[in-house]
Amino acid sequence: MAETAETKKEEADYKRVHNFPLIRNTDMPDEMRVETMELCVTACEKFATNNESAAKMIKESMDKKFGSSWHVVIGESFGFEITHEVKNLLYMFFGGSLAVCVWKCS
Amino acid sequence: MPGIQRTGPVKNKRGSNTQSQPAKVAATKLAKASTKKKDEDDGTEMGDGTDEWMQRKTLIKPPDQLDLTEAELKEEFTRILTANNPHAPENIVRYSFKELLYQRTGSIDQLATHFMLEGNLLHQDSDEARRQKARQGYPEGMVPIATEAKEEKPDTLQAEVEEVMEEGGSEDRSDSVQHKGGKPEQKQTNQFNFIERGSKTLNNPLRQMGCQTEPPPRANFSATANQWVIYDAYVEELQKQENNKEKQRASMKKEEGKSKKKTMLVETQSDDITKFRKVTKIVERMVIQNTFDDIAQDFKYFEDASDEFRQQEGTLLPLWKFQYDKVKGLAVTSLCWNQRYKDLFGVGLGSYDFTKQGHGMLLFYSLKNSTFPEYFYTTSSGIMCLDIHPNLSHLVAVGFYNGCVAVYNLKEKSIQPLYTSTAMSGMLTQPVWQVKWQKDDMDNNHNFFSVSSDGRVVSWTLVKNEMVFTDIVKLAVGDSVTGGLEGLQLPNPACGTSFDFHKEVDYLFLVGTEEGKIYKCSKAYSSQFLDTYDGHHMAVDAVRWNHFHPKVFISCSADWTIKIWDHTVRTPMFTFDLNSAVGDVAWSPYSSTVFAAVTTDGKVHVFDLNINKYEAICHQPVVAKKTKLTHIEFHPVYPIIIVGDDRGCVTSLKLSPNLRKKPKEKKRQELPEGPEVEIAKMEKLLNLLQDPDNSSLG
Repeated sequence: MAETAETKKEEADYKRVHNFPLIRNTDMPDEMRVETMELCVTACEKFATNNESAAKMIKESMDKKFGSSWHVVIGESFGFEITHEVKNLLYMFFGGSLAVCVWKCS
Repeated sequence: MPGIQRTGPVKNKRGSNTQSQPAKVAATKLAKASTKKKDEDDGTEMGDGTDEWMQRKTLIKPPDQLDLTEAELKEEFTRILTANNPHAPENIVRYSFKELLYQRTGSIDQLATHFMLEGNLLHQDSDEARRQKARQGYPEGMVPIATEAKEEKPDTLQAEVEEVMEEGGSEDRSDSVQHKGGKPEQKQTNQFNFIERGSKTLNNPLRQMGCQTEPPPRANFSATANQWVIYDAYVEELQKQENNKEKQRASMKKEEGKSKKKTMLVETQSDDITKFRKVTKIVERMVIQNTFDDIAQDFKYFEDASDEFRQQEGTLLPLWKFQYDKVKGLAVTSLCWNQRYKDLFGVGLGSYDFTKQGHGMLLFYSLKNSTFPEYFYTTSSGIMCLDIHPNLSHLVAVGFYNGCVAVYNLKEKSIQPLYTSTAMSGMLTQPVWQVKWQKDDMDNNHNFFSVSSDGRVVSWTLVKNEMVFTDIVKLAVGDSVTGGLEGLQLPNPACGTSFDFHKEVDYLFLVGTEEGKIYKCSKAYSSQFLDTYDGHHMAVDAVRWNHFHPKVFISCSADWTIKIWDHTVRTPMFTFDLNSAVGDVAWSPYSSTVFAAVTTDGKVHVFDLNINKYEAICHQPVVAKKTKLTHIEFHPVYPIIIVGDDRGCVTSLKLSPNLRKKPKEKKRQELPEGPEVEIAKMEKLLNLLQDPDNSSLG
């Protein structure tokens, strides 16, 4: 439906425009959400090539800050069904192709 | 030594403040008897403290110490320590069921338990230990000594450990011990409560329910993370941001706080009031429906039950009243129902008074909202007539008092008419009394006819952007019917006040004039009439063809009469005198013999020729006194009528069942035939009464 010119332009934009962190679903309170989002962005940028280390960093920081038993999944293509403690879920996109899901459940 | 020295002076100086030390005294004397002096002073220290104290010469007496004489001080008191429990009661009484009376318990238990610990140690020489050993098959006396290399402790200690373990009395039920056979190591394990540590599973620690809090609530969440999902999300987000920017760039219109929008997320257009138009309209309708709920119910369902008792009469039930503030002072000059939208009708407002000519208004009301018109247009001149196109219900033709005609398009938002006639394009010089839409002409252009007081019946055709007019008929005074004298003389134009087109025969139409004559004309002949009827003495206010019978029409006039004609006959068939100038008359769409008329005394008269040929079956004042009723219209479908008055108010009324009796049903085509038969019957009756002038119809 989109014209080819538009799609090309969008692809070009894609890389620079779609990079911002986009929160897809969350029920965290405001401050927690902002902090977690920044932490995720930092981790993903730092470990751009290694999702596992990024996830590890996120999980450990979250455990320290907000209590035990956080779980973090970072990837480009996955489906999931999780049980999380209410008000402790963040699901966001970043970098145009990464999806990060952070939740707490002890 | 110092102790002995101390006791000496203690004895001598009874008044001293030293506390006797029973332990040391007891050491020197017999254990059972000891002297103990109870001092009232507790302030001094024992032991070393008294040494220092003794060195001081001066004695410090507590202020509340007893003052005793020397003799009293020398007295010896004897205290005896017994093994009795000082706290045990001495006089326990128990009820004896044997003797049925309270009896004192003989011996009272003097045992005071200070500490109890349940142990699991058995002395190795006790009976139980011996029995255990016997069960395990060891001869008595044999003390197994463990000299396992496993034990890392030194032997002496090991022996002790083993003895302790043995004395522990725990029994290991495992067979492995017995399989060891001659192995000296043998744990005596507790028969009742021993589990090998290696065989233990991890037991979760027990928790008390009472002191536990509820766990934090949990929820499930599931999603899929794919490249396309991510991409779509970003695209959506970008669009949202762009729209937000547009919103900010556009004027900052503040919305009313009452936003009825359910999905804020889907909002992509700019916010302004027009978005709420539909929503508020629906809400308004709901509110009005609730307010006027009883009227709506009446409109739909109420049937006057009393009609059963009154065979010859009916009633009109007032329903909604349509009023609009700005039309005060204007009279309703025309009413028209919309064919397509059954609840919509148009009201034209102007003034009949020659001297008071001002602006006019065109309003469209819906039955669903009686408090405010759906559409309204203000015009410079009073509106005298209006007609809604039967097919294209958004086109409205309007005739003005100043001779103009205009066509409005309801679909457009502008308040200007689509077309207006100007002085150039054939504006009439006199008020236009009636307009009527016709079928589209050959070129598929819409056209309508108008009649005005200057005696012209004009056809207006809407050609693209303008209206083209064509004179159809010029009316003239005089009985010039058959002769072609009009072409020669300068005819005095008669003033047409109303006209009506035949329902079936397209070219045939009637014109009523101010002089009281009614002319039957044809579109084909511009100067000749087909027929003339001397109808009334005053201006003919309305002529209408019957909806069913092709020959019958009705006319009403300011001379208080209503006349029903057969167009082949020059004289009226029925005449009704209503005692007041008749403003308008209308046939009912459901029956050929029912018609209604309004008079200037505020009454509505409903006639049914089938029931009563001479009188109205219903005449009812509808508005307040001094209000004249000007127009009446039947609804094409529902059994209601609307009447307009000269105060700009439109009242709707429901017809009671008696007024809507349909002729007796036959199988097919009953309606056209039925009334015809009826009218034929009536004609026969008339013939009987009057001269055999009228031709009888079969």
